[in-house]
Amino acid sequence: MLYFSRSKTALIVLSVLLGLLFAFPNFISQSKLDSFPNILPKQKVNLGLDLQGGSHLLLEVDTEAIIAERVENLNSDLRKLFKTNSINYINYKIVDDTLRFSSSEISREIESKILELSMSNSQNLLQMGDETNIVIDENNNNFQIYYSDKFKKQVIINAVSQSLEIVRRRIDELGTKEPSIQRQGESRIIIQLPGLDSPDRIKSLLGQTAKLTFQLVDTSVSYDPNNAKAPIGSEILPSDLDEEFKYIIKKRIMVGGENLVDAQPGFDPQTNEPIVSFRFDRIGAKKFGRATQSNIGKPFAIVLDGKVVSAPVIREAILGGSGQISGGFTSEEANDLAILLRAGALPAPLIILEERSVGPDLGADSISAGQNAAIIGFIAVIVFMVLIYRRFGLLADIALIINLILVLGVLSLFQATLTLPGIAGIILTIGMAVDANVLIFERIKEEIRNGSNMINSVQNGYKRALSTILDANITTLIAALILFFMASGPVRGFSITLAIGIFTSVFTAFTLTRFFISMSAKKLKPNFVGLKIDD
Amino acid sequence: MIDFSKSSIDFLKGKYVAFITSIILILLSIGLVFLNGLNFGIDFKGGTLIEIETQNKIEISEVRSSLNSLSLGDIQVQEFGSDKNLLIRIEQQQGGDQIQQNVLEIVKQKLTSDITDTINFRRTEVVGPKVSGELIQSGTIAILVAVFAMLIYIWLRFEWQFSLGAVIALLHDVILTIGVFCLTQLEFNLPIIAAILTIVGYSMNDTVVVYDRVRENLRKFRSKEITSLLNLSINETLSRTIVTSVTTLLALVSLYIFGGEVIKGFTFAMIWGVLVGTYSSIFVAAPLLTYLDVKREWNTTTAVDSTK
Repeated sequence: MLYFSRSKTALIVLSVLLGLLFAFPNFISQSKLDSFPNILPKQKVNLGLDLQGGSHLLLEVDTEAIIAERVENLNSDLRKLFKTNSINYINYKIVDDTLRFSSSEISREIESKILELSMSNSQNLLQMGDETNIVIDENNNNFQIYYSDKFKKQVIINAVSQSLEIVRRRIDELGTKEPSIQRQGESRIIIQLPGLDSPDRIKSLLGQTAKLTFQLVDTSVSYDPNNAKAPIGSEILPSDLDEEFKYIIKKRIMVGGENLVDAQPGFDPQTNEPIVSFRFDRIGAKKFGRATQSNIGKPFAIVLDGKVVSAPVIREAILGGSGQISGGFTSEEANDLAILLRAGALPAPLIILEERSVGPDLGADSISAGQNAAIIGFIAVIVFMVLIYRRFGLLADIALIINLILVLGVLSLFQATLTLPGIAGIILTIGMAVDANVLIFERIKEEIRNGSNMINSVQNGYKRALSTILDANITTLIAALILFFMASGPVRGFSITLAIGIFTSVFTAFTLTRFFISMSAKKLKPNFVGLKIDD
Repeated sequence: MIDFSKSSIDFLKGKYVAFITSIILILLSIGLVFLNGLNFGIDFKGGTLIEIETQNKIEISEVRSSLNSLSLGDIQVQEFGSDKNLLIRIEQQQGGDQIQQNVLEIVKQKLTSDITDTINFRRTEVVGPKVSGELIQSGTIAILVAVFAMLIYIWLRFEWQFSLGAVIALLHDVILTIGVFCLTQLEFNLPIIAAILTIVGYSMNDTVVVYDRVRENLRKFRSKEITSLLNLSINETLSRTIVTSVTTLLALVSLYIFGGEVIKGFTFAMIWGVLVGTYSSIFVAAPLLTYLDVKREWNTTTAVDSTK
């Protein structure tokens, strides 16, 4: 137990040195660190948002809206299909995303046409295996038509991936430093924005789906507030500037935002009003050109998220594929709109479920408070240990210091995030790390008291304490692991430091302190490492 | 030099006093849960939390009356560490996740215009109903899973009698911790769940050390009467129990005093947990073994035996 082979000694020294090597960047200023050669590790501990300041947003893609939109498309396609094939039906209704009706005129041929509807609806979604995207249930001419669960799931997965991409683009446009955007679960997105303590602008950017369309204004009727009903094929949309002001807009979309290739904020050279100028791709330009050519003299509407931004009159055919939007913007609004248009539309609205922001000074306060608490707690424990165990205590203290360096080294090496609860975990480790050594020392004392000689006492002390130490630490480790898997954010940081602390304290107790003791034992002082027994 | 190694305190003599005290405290805690309830933070209740700082002292009443005019329901304003720092809590609004977001904006504007435009918003948190519901669920599950995992682990390493005793001590600690939070009405939030889990780990750690010694002595002194055997085991491990509790408390008290306001509730829970956990290892977990008919013929090589 006390003999350490050369290779073992080398391994212990090496692991401590490695710990030191990885921990040391934390004690050096960034500028000095940059001047060191690149072979040295330069990673500092990765601070959580609660320590460096920043915002955390948890968003959810409104999957219900996506499915509802799909069902709505299916609904209109189905009715169109019935109309073109002159099929009579009764009791048509939509219940729980299912289309229900009764008809005796649905032939095999029509059924296969219904199944095909989903193909046109699903755009680039693949037909999955031999399963159909649409399920048709028939019972005595009562039909139920709905999307298969697998299809719905795929739709949601695609929508969330797409949302993730667009969120990323929008945030990148703002030039926030090192944002982290991750998917969580099936339909959620976690955004971490270090250094940003008020995410209002980002929230407003993410709060818009930014669906842009160009549609003709229906000039056949004028809006009557007392009879708010649009003609078939048209809809009533409010103005972006004044909710009370309504337009009647033709539902048919001339061109959509998906055909945009660029959008830039700027100023109208004549009025000096902020505008957004845009450019269509080839298909968009062709569509827009054709639509404007045949509607000269009529107004068209630029519709953003169901609101009319502006409704200029077409003076001439716009064939160049570019144009501009003006709508009483401030220059920041024009800037944001350009960002939104460049990044593309979200497939569904995003709902903000949770927001946590910490200002940079609170983060700095937390760090210094944590440091103070750690230093004072550390000194208190060190003094106490020496008071209780004298030179043995000193050994435990050296082990504790190395233990803390190792914790820091491991945190830096794996770039685990250190949070405020994480600092608490380190401080708790300071208090609990000596436990393994305490168990060993108490055992050794007992052995000596029972009449064993020094070396045997030390050997047996280690041997007997081993299972206790393992059992005691495994229980704490289990708690830390459960916390790690259940928690997120700052609290998770606590479980990380706690777990690292458990490993390093067991490691130091069984290698370092033992190593120290064995080195002293070789010199064989009669009062072995100063252990004082009262009797 | 403090040394308990030769102590021979009769801990089990007072076991009835300890049991009755513990039972009363547990009943009180459960009563308080129904009487006072826990003061759930926004993590579990949803709502908005804002920590503000100003250059000069702010009157709580001023902030309260300014915010009350917004009619956002229940609003709590309290000092947070100093009279220049306030913590404002606004209850969850009716109408889903989107509405919660607007509250923050409205309150920020209102405070800036009513109190001073140099307010520093140090921390803002908005938790919607969906997330708070999930957090409370996963928090409860985490604690239950932890207790269950301990039950299994101790069962595997010892035998079921020990496992039962340890888990009773564990539940004792968790219930008393929840009780003290009901009594003090300190905010019960996500970090407190973390603290309780750590208490579960710590209390178990303490109990395991005593049990380990009990098992060892059961092998060593096959005919020794159980009460004195338990007393011997507790006394033998007493030095360690005290030293580790003291060092842990030294670190935690330092964190409580110097670690800042944000972490205070968390640290309080841990300090309480260490005290209760240490007590329960000695006065609950160990004495319980007298009733649980522990096996005396231990296999000397392995401790794994779950068949009995």
